Amino acid sequence: MIKLENITKKYSSKGKEIVGVDDVTLSVKAGEVFGIVGYSGAGKSTLLRCINLLEKPTSGKVFVDGVNLHELSPKELRKARQSIGMIFQGFHLVSSKTVFENVAFALRAAGADKKQIKQRVEELLALVGLEDRKDQYPAQLSGGQKQRVSIARALANQPKILLCDEATSALDPGTTKSILSLLKKINKELGLTIVVITHEMEVVKEICSRCAVMQDGKVVEQGSTYDIFSDPSNPLTVSFIQTVLNFDLPEELLGEINGKLIRLQFKGSIAAEAVVSDMLQAFQVRGNILHGKVEYIQSMPLGIFILELSGNETEVNKAIAYLRDKVSKVEVFDDGSRNRHLA
Amino acid sequence: MMDRVIAILPELNQAFLETLLMVSIALAVAILIGLPFGILLFVTDRGLFLENVVVKRVAGLVINLIRSVPFVILLVFLLPFTQFLLNTTIGPLAASVSLSVAAIPFYARIVESSARDIDKGVIEAAIAVGASPWMIIKSIILPEVKPGLITGLTITAISLIGYSAMAGTIGGGGIGDLAIRYGYYRYDNTIMFTTVIVLIVLVQVVQYLGDLIARVVSKR
Repeated sequence: MIKLENITKKYSSKGKEIVGVDDVTLSVKAGEVFGIVGYSGAGKSTLLRCINLLEKPTSGKVFVDGVNLHELSPKELRKARQSIGMIFQGFHLVSSKTVFENVAFALRAAGADKKQIKQRVEELLALVGLEDRKDQYPAQLSGGQKQRVSIARALANQPKILLCDEATSALDPGTTKSILSLLKKINKELGLTIVVITHEMEVVKEICSRCAVMQDGKVVEQGSTYDIFSDPSNPLTVSFIQTVLNFDLPEELLGEINGKLIRLQFKGSIAAEAVVSDMLQAFQVRGNILHGKVEYIQSMPLGIFILELSGNETEVNKAIAYLRDKVSKVEVFDDGSRNRHLA
Repeated sequence: MMDRVIAILPELNQAFLETLLMVSIALAVAILIGLPFGILLFVTDRGLFLENVVVKRVAGLVINLIRSVPFVILLVFLLPFTQFLLNTTIGPLAASVSLSVAAIPFYARIVESSARDIDKGVIEAAIAVGASPWMIIKSIILPEVKPGLITGLTITAISLIGYSAMAGTIGGGGIGDLAIRYGYYRYDNTIMFTTVIVLIVLVQVVQYLGDLIARVVSKR
């Protein structure tokens, strides 16, 4: 659906050249929710804005639905943009227009007539749950409601793609959840392809089937969200994952540990308790679960347990070998590394 | 003293109407020409959807040229043009020519600077839904800048009331002319004070109305 080929975007600021996006090649499949993660300044927003050419790449090609956007005339580009909806962190609603007029503007831009506009706007406001707010002005709405209006505006012309530029970053956690479930619903019911950029791994975990991690204008890692969460390879990705799968143990507890500290990761539907209790029966070791959590990523479970194993050294080692055989990932923390993050 | 003022009332009344006429014509021209000019300056700026360095530079230069001429000199400088246009250089209509010329760049700059205060993201969102430049100007920029346009018009009107007094001195009529004739040439302080009071009241009323309307149209 979206293909970005060798996109590079350079700026000159105060005589210095800054590379915002550095040779990025990405493709997003029809109907998926794709996440681009990175800290601010990583170039993710610039990359997203290249998809509808709000930002013209210095070099590289953008294909949307098989069409090379660079080859379009200004008029054709405007037409193409109507099938690419976009929502923003700051909502960007017209403060002098009512909710109805804000949504209607997108339809007028596409040349719809009055009757069509009225009907479609009402449909859209019902979809985002704001039927009763249509005559209010943006200043009278909460952040979540403003974002709903901007979603209605973005969907007005029945786009195939929705671009979300940090759409939930200005919202509180509860509102973020409700906006994310609205996006999920849109993705499922309308079959929309959604590209989300965010610095919150929580958002990726919640809605993205695939994602890419960006740093200094480059994509450093990409893949299915589940794989990224279970086997991150880049240090930056690891640090992002930690924001969701946080397993810091209190200092006092670490001080009392005598045995070996192990982190087990269970993928899919392996019964974690069964593996651990089998292991305890088979070997002469004592096990103590210090921390445990099962996260559902794209409705697939990812379990993480932190155990302390104590007993005879050889028995402990045998037990670890046994676990390595049964479990997708086993990490052993020796004494020296006890204080590090365990995620 | 009161009868001096009463005796002058018909003349004061006429002068007041003349001032009103001059200022109104100049304001109308400011809206008709200065407003589009200001919008043009804004949309051709760097990073905006009709970015055009040449147009922006030329328009900016013309405006700065006019604005750098002090109004008294502009008045005299434009006399031949007024003569050509109206076949006379006397009276409020003639004075409104130079007032209009001064009002256009003045208002254009105010329009430009209030347009700059619009959230750029709003314009970007309009581009993202595929709106044409004309639609963005008509349906986004103008409504968003409306309170600024009205505040700007108030500022322009008050400056023009001041300018109109200068125009009065070279035969334009109006309250300024009255004040100079009685107050300066005849040392008639009573009349001069009266005209000053009239001007103060006029400016206050304009400011009050301007603020009121700007507040009503603002939806922020």
